[in-house]
Amino acid sequence: MDRLQTAIAALHEVDRESSTYGVGSRVHPLARLIVCMGFLLTTVSFAPYDLAGLLSMSIYLFITGIWEEIPIRKSLSGLRYLFVPVCFLGLANLIYDKDVIYYLGSVPITGGMLSAFTLFGKGVFSIMAAFFLLRLIGMQGLCRALLRLGIPGGTVTVLLLTWRYLIVLLKEIRRMWQAYTLRAPGHRGIHTGAWGSFAGLLLLRSMDRAADVYHSMLLRGYDGTSIREGTESRAGTGISILYTIIWLGVFLLLRSIPLFHLVGSWLGGFM
Amino acid sequence: MERETENNKMAGRPEIRTEHLTFSYDGGKEVLSDLSFSVFRGECVGLIGENGAGKSTLLKILVGLLPGYQGRAEVGGLQVEKKYLRQIRTKAGYVFQDSESQLFLSTVYEDVAFGPRNYGLDEKEVDRRVMEALEQVHIEALKDRQIYRMSGGQKKLAAIATVLSMRPEAILLDEPSGALDPGNRRNLIRVIRELPGTKIVASHDLDLILDTCERTLLLGEGRLIKDGPTEEILTDEKLLSAHGLELPLSLIHRSR
Repeated sequence: MDRLQTAIAALHEVDRESSTYGVGSRVHPLARLIVCMGFLLTTVSFAPYDLAGLLSMSIYLFITGIWEEIPIRKSLSGLRYLFVPVCFLGLANLIYDKDVIYYLGSVPITGGMLSAFTLFGKGVFSIMAAFFLLRLIGMQGLCRALLRLGIPGGTVTVLLLTWRYLIVLLKEIRRMWQAYTLRAPGHRGIHTGAWGSFAGLLLLRSMDRAADVYHSMLLRGYDGTSIREGTESRAGTGISILYTIIWLGVFLLLRSIPLFHLVGSWLGGFM
Repeated sequence: MERETENNKMAGRPEIRTEHLTFSYDGGKEVLSDLSFSVFRGECVGLIGENGAGKSTLLKILVGLLPGYQGRAEVGGLQVEKKYLRQIRTKAGYVFQDSESQLFLSTVYEDVAFGPRNYGLDEKEVDRRVMEALEQVHIEALKDRQIYRMSGGQKKLAAIATVLSMRPEAILLDEPSGALDPGNRRNLIRVIRELPGTKIVASHDLDLILDTCERTLLLGEGRLIKDGPTEEILTDEKLLSAHGLELPLSLIHRSR
């Protein structure tokens, strides 16, 4: 169950303001949010059979991961549970679209297989991009960026409070779990007879804790409608604009030129 | 400071005042009943009593977290009611019993800056206040520390700093020494003694009260049992034992 502790630590890691130093830290959260949104829009716009085109978008993830020192393998492993529902997205395509498009050696590749992989790729890339964004600017940074984008303060506050509640909830689950297992040695999981009271108590306890956190916010001038933003002292306007223009340009290029296809043909020419 | 407090008493300017204060949760049994007392500017007052005596409830009423009381509760001359809450909360800061509830942002700096930012101060002033608050509790070196990586003692000091950055005239501390080791507890006592302004310290830790407060209020079943000099109350073994408390350890050792 110390996976819970790992999960809590991971959420706190994400909660940090900015995990980057140097040039990367001077990019404004709003610029990062715009680039991430650009990435998501470009990614989902690829045609269902354009797997090669979609794969070219991984350039952003690789460059960001390496440049900002985000461990890509560790991130993939941590997010693996989120990928499971994404796998189901393309299952229907496998059944209904059985037209063979080409053969890989002697293996027929159907349209359904290709579109299922493309859908899976879109899901994984989107999750990774959103995760990278949170790692880079933190929840506070994201809220600031959303405010700058003109999202209503109330909506942003709900997002922030939901995030806080998630952390509080996980901490309460961990406490209750520890209390349970210490008095139920040898049990695997929670006995079904205790599920109801466990869930009910968890809800009450986490709501109490969440109310305390909310009270603490109220006592320090929070008016219940919006969060006040601090300034990103390290953020530079010039570098943020440059960062946004370069990446959006790259996305446009990748969307209009079949880069991987061209590279493949070029390499094929040598062979 | 003592002379200043005496002057304030003479001038009759209570920072915090209750008159016939009565409160019950959801119309049930009275948790506080007919409570009247005044705390003068600059005083440090201990609030003691057994579990369920109403200490935390009283503090929460004073900062406006528990509406629906009867009688009168005033902070800085303002009645504790909805229309004055914003002003009252700049006048009186409340330090929660559980620091985890008080600290909800990622780093110490961000959390301490939360209050000043909410009051619309510019970033220069916010920074000045944050650094000043951290210096007051001697944790300026921890300003960029992530909160979940801090020890219990450090979290308690950070929680106090979040209140100090609002520059309150009064600070209400709820069980400040709970779950602290002796070293951190000693450090906390030093910090409380150095804190400026009016202080109310609610605690079972009678040694802490003895070390920090010149005056003490003893609550029993929501009523004010005794109000007087700390040393006088905390040396009255009969009185303490009648209300589920014991002589402070330091006094027991002194008498041996």
